[in-house]
Amino acid sequence: MNPKRRTRLVAVLFLVAGTAISVSLVLLALNENINMFYPPDAVVSGEAPIGAQIRAGGMVADGSVLRDPNGLDVSFVLTDYAGSEFKVRYSGILPDLFREGQGVIVQGELTDRGHFQASQVLAKHDENYMPPELAELSPGHQKQPNLIDHGR
Amino acid sequence: MSMSASLSVSQSLKAWWHKLGSPRWFYEISGPWQRLFGVLALVLLVTGTVWGLAFAPQDYQQGNSFRIMYVHVPTAIVSQSVYMLMGAAGLVLLVWRMKLADMVLSAAVPFGMSMTACALFTGAVWGKPTWGAWWVWDARTTSMLVLLFLYFGLYALRQAIPREETAGRACAVLALVGTVNIPIIKYSVNWWLTLHQPASFTLTGAPSMPPSMWVPLLINVLGIYCLFAANLIGRLKLTILERERNTQWVRALVREVSA
Repeated sequence: MNPKRRTRLVAVLFLVAGTAISVSLVLLALNENINMFYPPDAVVSGEAPIGAQIRAGGMVADGSVLRDPNGLDVSFVLTDYAGSEFKVRYSGILPDLFREGQGVIVQGELTDRGHFQASQVLAKHDENYMPPELAELSPGHQKQPNLIDHGR
Repeated sequence: MSMSASLSVSQSLKAWWHKLGSPRWFYEISGPWQRLFGVLALVLLVTGTVWGLAFAPQDYQQGNSFRIMYVHVPTAIVSQSVYMLMGAAGLVLLVWRMKLADMVLSAAVPFGMSMTACALFTGAVWGKPTWGAWWVWDARTTSMLVLLFLYFGLYALRQAIPREETAGRACAVLALVGTVNIPIIKYSVNWWLTLHQPASFTLTGAPSMPPSMWVPLLINVLGIYCLFAANLIGRLKLTILERERNTQWVRALVREVSA
């Protein structure tokens, strides 16, 4: 390679490396803020602020969904299957994928440590797809806590 | 023996590299390739789409709405590959000043831009029934939106600078700098907590769905790469004719065609 091209190549590599390093530093500094929601342990431990608009996520605990027979009010418990859980109240229509054992993200505010008043509920889909026949053969597959085992 | 063989391989590679510098050579050899990729794209995309939309089984939770992925996943993958190709073309242009690299840089933009827009749109259409929202600001969706804006920027930058050579170099720098966004898109679902699910396909692990679901998806992914190849070659040929319009061979070609 002739010297002129080598100089240009080095300059270009510096440009890309410099950009990559500065972007990484910005992302590292913003790390906590890029997370879309607080997982259950952050809600319980006090990391999530009380009374502010936040998002929190977790898996809907089995047998915890209570529906008001005369309205749209619903309450359920979000858990990480590792000991941290909090109760959510919501009034409105839930997404189709909402069910026990499913990951959801709720938007709203914490009224106190462990109680969340939600204004929006989003269902989090995992990366697994399967036909209904196969799903019946593997009853345990929904309960994997894959919502919280990455990130952080 | 082996040394002379490796020498001849490196020499033929070098000869090929020098030929790539000639837009005329590319124009003359690329016609059959364009037709080949065009036919492949048609066959693969029709097969994959019909299979995926009509014959693949439903998902146990999402029902039929999961079929949006047969459009969403291929467009999202190819939009990032196109950007990586433009980054490579930018590097070649800045270091070797190869004319063809600049043409690739300008010819790939419309396809990549429309694929990114398509991925974002189909994602929104899928997100409404599945998540319960058209749009959320999580790391994956936001970095994908940044990719769309990078494509807008590349398109606008070329229009904004009248001098061809300056415009090419400016676009090359933007394309190269923007490649930093690609690993962010890819790993956003692993690095941060997002609403978007992690990848269903990895190079190392088994796909997280049965073959009756992933085979049509794979066919569509291959098909969209072929479509990109055919589209890129077609656009490159037009760009070559336009930029080389004052050369002898283009004039001869035009006379030949019009006669």
